Amino acid sequence: MRGLERKDFILLAFVTAIALLAPIILNPFPADSPLAQFNAGYPDLMQRFAIYGIFAVGFNILFGLTGYLSFGHAAFLGIGSYAAVWMFKLLTMNVLPAVLLSVLLSGAFALIIGFISLRRSGIYFSILTLAFAQMSYALAYSVLTPITNGETGLQLSLNDPRVLDPVNTSGSLPFPSLFGIKMNAVAEIEALGRVYQFPAGYYFCAVIFLIAFYLSMRIFRSPFGLMLRAVKTNQTRMAYTGLNPRPYTLAAFVISGMYAGLAGGLLAAMDPLAGAERMQWTASGEVVLMTILGGVGTLLGPILGAGFIKYFENIFSKINDNVLHQWFSFLPDGMEDFVVTILHPFVGKGWHLTLGVLFMLVVIFLPGGLIEGFQRIGRLFRRRPKAGKDDPEHHPKPAPHVAE
Amino acid sequence: MDAILLQILNGLDKGSAYALIALGLTLIFGTLGVVNFAHGALFMIGAFCAVAMNRLLSLSFETIDPTRQDFLGNPLKVQTHYVEAWFGPEIGNAIVDWAVPVSLLLTVPIMVLVGFAMERGLIRFFYKRPHADQILVTFGLAIVIQEVIKYYFGANPIPTPAPSMFRGSFDFGVLIGFEPNAIIYPYWRLVYFCFAAVVIGAVFAFLQFTTFGMVVRAGMADRETVGLLGIDIDKRFTVMFGIAAAVAGVAGAMYAPINSPNYHMGMDFLVLSFVVVVVGGMGSLPGAVAAGFLLGVLEGIASMKEVIDLIPGINQVIIYLVAIVVLLTRPRGLMGRKGVMED
Amino acid sequence: MGILEIKNVSKSFGGLKALNDVNLSVQENTVHAIIGPNGAGKSTLLNCLVGKLIPDTGSVTFEGKSLLGRKPFEINQLGVSRVFQTPEIFGDLTVLENVMIPCFAKRDGVFRMHALETVLREAEIREKAESVLSDMGMADKLHMHSASLSRGDKRRLEMAMCLAQEPKLLLLDEPTAGMARADTNRTIDLLKDIQASRNITMVIIEHDMHVVFSLAERITVMAQGTPIVEDVPENIKGHPKVQEAYLGGAH
Repeated sequence: MRGLERKDFILLAFVTAIALLAPIILNPFPADSPLAQFNAGYPDLMQRFAIYGIFAVGFNILFGLTGYLSFGHAAFLGIGSYAAVWMFKLLTMNVLPAVLLSVLLSGAFALIIGFISLRRSGIYFSILTLAFAQMSYALAYSVLTPITNGETGLQLSLNDPRVLDPVNTSGSLPFPSLFGIKMNAVAEIEALGRVYQFPAGYYFCAVIFLIAFYLSMRIFRSPFGLMLRAVKTNQTRMAYTGLNPRPYTLAAFVISGMYAGLAGGLLAAMDPLAGAERMQWTASGEVVLMTILGGVGTLLGPILGAGFIKYFENIFSKINDNVLHQWFSFLPDGMEDFVVTILHPFVGKGWHLTLGVLFMLVVIFLPGGLIEGFQRIGRLFRRRPKAGKDDPEHHPKPAPHVAE
Repeated sequence: MDAILLQILNGLDKGSAYALIALGLTLIFGTLGVVNFAHGALFMIGAFCAVAMNRLLSLSFETIDPTRQDFLGNPLKVQTHYVEAWFGPEIGNAIVDWAVPVSLLLTVPIMVLVGFAMERGLIRFFYKRPHADQILVTFGLAIVIQEVIKYYFGANPIPTPAPSMFRGSFDFGVLIGFEPNAIIYPYWRLVYFCFAAVVIGAVFAFLQFTTFGMVVRAGMADRETVGLLGIDIDKRFTVMFGIAAAVAGVAGAMYAPINSPNYHMGMDFLVLSFVVVVVGGMGSLPGAVAAGFLLGVLEGIASMKEVIDLIPGINQVIIYLVAIVVLLTRPRGLMGRKGVMED
Repeated sequence: MGILEIKNVSKSFGGLKALNDVNLSVQENTVHAIIGPNGAGKSTLLNCLVGKLIPDTGSVTFEGKSLLGRKPFEINQLGVSRVFQTPEIFGDLTVLENVMIPCFAKRDGVFRMHALETVLREAEIREKAESVLSDMGMADKLHMHSASLSRGDKRRLEMAMCLAQEPKLLLLDEPTAGMARADTNRTIDLLKDIQASRNITMVIIEHDMHVVFSLAERITVMAQGTPIVEDVPENIKGHPKVQEAYLGGAH
């Protein structure tokens, strides 16, 4: 493909294949098997993989390349969501204009916030972005209620004008669609004795995700990306090399803000409501977690981190004591109870505890994230050439570690 | 005028909490050079020490009083606090009533131990790592502490009363010559403010007048030189971490009656305290204290009806707004030293 | 009229006068050394030239254009490059990438949003970077992580980065500080080569008299913020004022 080296092309093809076949790959267990609860192939979760994948990939363009740690990116996610819902209310239920406005509006906000915040670096920059995001959150909750509908959140209503759409006479709320294809439509195909579902909404997100990923790949490999890495490494040398670091960083900030806005718009397109809690700093923290957990500064890492967190958030919250008892029923009774008691705080509602512990372990032992973990495992295998044939298909080449 | 004074007073107790947390953050940053995102969690642990002490003192046993009957005609079961049984009803009751101040006896040693454990077990491995890594690992630790607290104490706020003699409010205005009922101020907030002033004074006196404090201050100014003098600065810094944790802890414990402890209070206060530290000037102790009170009071003034009518929503954003303005006009904060975190 | 003209430049820090009415003219295609005891104001002067410090009074012109009020990257784009006392390189990047960055800066200016091109397809930039590196004898280290280079190699890399920009004026801040004698001699030869082959004006700040007298065509001696003597090397050696400055016999 244009502008890609061979190994990047393979990586892109690999990600594309997984994204497009997700409804099959992520449903390995038949619906009646006890393991079906580990399936991830239902529309809602798959959409979140794609959307948070976009969010994390965009965040990585800023944090991974320039090293500027923003603690306020959720603001752009929220702005994107509000923009999209307003488009649904005023203009049309078609998702394209909604998503377009999300990107443009969050880009505009990113330009302003970035212009001010980037006058400082290091922890001061983090605090400034945090302050801006918290301000947006507080304002969305209070003064801006006419625009954001405060605590209730912005929703569709039957009286919305929707000037481009035909008059709605059905008496029920419309759903976002792409030229007539409703985002909650699902095509069911029977194959190999099983029914597979192909949700329209997910494929819309997946295609946008792939475009976003391809663009981020191009940015990583471009002279612009090289300059961003130069910003991270040595700004003094950069200035004495005749380069102005500020516009480079600002461009990266705006691009990553637009990615966040895109993700916010897509969230609204899949479920047309927007609330202020999407802008809270915990949401900003989440994207930091995703990026670090997966591997900051790598191409694949943030996607891996986003998928990992969203998947386990979903699975862990489903595990309760009964499930634990089932798993460990092979142990003697006393042991079983003991193990279940130990694990209990970490599952169900305790998912965040697991996440916190996991995150600490990654920061302490694997600063390169899961990607580095895989690379280490890969090296382990390569060092013992006799232990099994090295099958490149099963060890897809990890993304080059550009941050190093 | 009296309305402004009332809001200033209202801002003082929050400002005291900000100042105490910011003081600890600055001590840790100044001595160890570590950005501790788990400091709000320490404040929260302190608050839950008060909750735990309250529960501990309320532990009771059941006896059957054959002389009295409940409304069904059965012998009445009487709950007696252990402390009452041990110390007699009067002293016992007083102890239960004074659970929050008494909890300081528990909070200080626990927090010092927590501080030591944190520094020796985790933070010291991060001295040489970049600030971003320090932020991230302590951020993870804050999540873990928050979730553990949530697991043991539940998600709801736990009301923790002040001693009965400090409950309610008094007419502060009359004392300073205003009309009656102009300035009604809760007792406990005044207690909290005085308490904060004492703690802050103690920390400064400790740093100013003891040899230990002198070495620490020298270390804050120039760690390498002090190390070269053959002084084991690391051990002292560990102690400082314990002290900073204890300051945050007692601040949290005493704050419990003002704001019922809940599992996310640590994060809420952390975000604000970091803003306070940055406004005060990273690494400046007086700056942290001054900025804490300043922002608390500004928040109080911004909450006045007249001000909100003038600029809607200002009470929600004033702190952040001030932070942005300060950071852009005075990059080192109000009292920051040159060269701190400026790379 | 020299390529670099410094006129009546003064700079104070608080009460300390670091530069006191400095006048200096550097002629095109010469190697001009500035020497002087510690605290003479050499580094302050250099920082005033590159835009890191702004002089309190006076003027600095390069090829007739004033440098005052310009940011470091603007001054660099005019053709002034600087080598630091401790090498400033992009430690996270490879040696080749380090040198490609100044090549991009030379071609594209202060900022260009070339986000959809590919670094590796920039054949012209790459060839230029490779040729500069091979001139510096680093052709075998193109893909090394630059932070892992030896100190001497980092210095050469930084020099390569400056040369890749084809500067008109190269400022060198103690280029041989902390080097062993053999390395110092190699650096001297290298600088001589560069000067001979590329017609670059050089200003060198240096403590090592061996370096100064091997390279410089003109020498300015500074003391207490003021140039006291300027002359060709032969006349500097036994100059009474210079001995006075170095031995502290002034007053």
